[in-house]
Amino acid sequence: MAEVRETKLPGVGVRHEFTTEDGADIGVLVHHDGRREILVYDSDDPDKCSSIVALSATDTRTVSELLGASRVTEAVAAVQQEIEGLAIEWIELTPTSPAAGATIGDGMYRTKTGSSIVAVIRGGESIPAPGPEFPLVAGDVIVAVGTAEGLAQMRDLIRQ
Amino acid sequence: MLFAAGTDEAALAFVEIGALVVALALLSRLAGRFGISAIPLYLIAGLAMGEGGLVQLDVSVEFFEIAAEIGVLLLLFALGLEYSDTELRSGLRSGLAPGMVDMLLNALPGVALGLLLGWDPIAAVLLGGVTWISSSGVISKVLSDLGRLGFRETPAVLNILVMEDLAMAIYLPVVAALIVGGSFTTTITSVLIALAAVTVILLAALRYGRRMSGLVAGGSDETFLLTVFGITLLVAGVAQQLEVSGAIGAFLVGLALSGRAEQRANQLISPLRDLFAATFFLFFSFQIDPADLLDAAIPATLLIVATALTKVATGWYAAGRVGAAPKGRLRAGTVLIARGEFSIVIAALGSELVDGPELGALAAGYVLISAMVGPVITKFSDRIPLPTRLMRQAPRALTATATK
Repeated sequence: MAEVRETKLPGVGVRHEFTTEDGADIGVLVHHDGRREILVYDSDDPDKCSSIVALSATDTRTVSELLGASRVTEAVAAVQQEIEGLAIEWIELTPTSPAAGATIGDGMYRTKTGSSIVAVIRGGESIPAPGPEFPLVAGDVIVAVGTAEGLAQMRDLIRQ
Repeated sequence: MLFAAGTDEAALAFVEIGALVVALALLSRLAGRFGISAIPLYLIAGLAMGEGGLVQLDVSVEFFEIAAEIGVLLLLFALGLEYSDTELRSGLRSGLAPGMVDMLLNALPGVALGLLLGWDPIAAVLLGGVTWISSSGVISKVLSDLGRLGFRETPAVLNILVMEDLAMAIYLPVVAALIVGGSFTTTITSVLIALAAVTVILLAALRYGRRMSGLVAGGSDETFLLTVFGITLLVAGVAQQLEVSGAIGAFLVGLALSGRAEQRANQLISPLRDLFAATFFLFFSFQIDPADLLDAAIPATLLIVATALTKVATGWYAAGRVGAAPKGRLRAGTVLIARGEFSIVIAALGSELVDGPELGALAAGYVLISAMVGPVITKFSDRIPLPTRLMRQAPRALTATATK
């Protein structure tokens, strides 16, 4: 990552700027009230900004989404491969899933696949380390860790 | 008087107050349309009223008098609020030298002119304050309107404004004590007491600010507003009775608030401050004798030319320290020309002095012109031709000035 320079603007906010690999200077000014401005410095006179874009809170989310979303997906994809043969998988329980309505112990997933369910995400809330007595319902997303093969078997069991 | 709301006198007062406030609203709108500060327009409106003026106030003078006093209190309360721990530290670290240059270059011409006019030394010191303090209100608006917040010289400009605010914490109590006067020893004692009070409250606010503010911070907006407004007036009133100056009392209350209470006070008191401050500017120039203003025209003009140049020199120096090129240094210098709210507050502190009326007239003329002309000059400052000798200094890459 490029070196990011920070300047405090008393009574206004904080300005961060950096030089891109192509040599352009760009910055972001965050106002105390949360408004943001994207600053593009003039290439002939780096004291000045040749262009300024003011962003509301919503605009900021949109821009960061556009710039950052693909990177997040890439990062998740990479995690699955990176940890020496160990992978993480998110699997959603469909309404027809045989796992729905049964406990984790009933499914005997660890015995059958060698993979463990490390968390359950239900309605946006995550429940870490669910025990064998934990009842799964349709719509839950289970987070499982195991080998790639084990996770494939797990997916088959749950999605059947 | 409230209970007599049905009487003719009350009706007349409502009409007068209402008409004036609507007039202020129109001026503020006009100022917004032209992108200038409303303060000069309020001052002009005040001049147009009063004896021999366009509008005569009859029964509401008393109301405006007290509203104007509250305006001063709230302006100083808001100034006190602005001090935060981090700004204090970073301001002192990077801004001390430019702050000193700013004071010497800009206060001295005012003091000198005051003495040349044969004024009392205290009145001359007040005139020095009038020419010293740039208008942070006008300048932050100009910087934001012209899209200059991201420019390299801007932190240097803002730091100067912070240093001026900090200096006010010493300047205001000292001049307030000097104005109250008395014998040599009582004056020295009251100056020392004022400085000690500021130091104690500032240190307490930095160290115990959270706990002190916690006492008032809770409750609904209504509770909070009433608490803060009430305490401000109360402390100011007691300070006035102790002959310390009510304005300093209000300033100390603002100083004592920090953290969450400071944020809420900023949000809730700002509208109240805008309302009362507008009446203050109006009433300030309402009291000015047009004859005094005419007499002040020549000194005011000379003073504006001289102190516009010294502000440009100040900005030139400060922006140079952060690595800005000549055009940026000129932008920084010209944006600082505008004087405003605190110049008027300082002049108002001296209204009881023998030279008070002349000081008021001079300050009004001075602020009137500098607040209107300053923003215009800086808007076109990139077109001001500079000697080629200066232009040879090419802009440096941003990396060269990276701050830690």
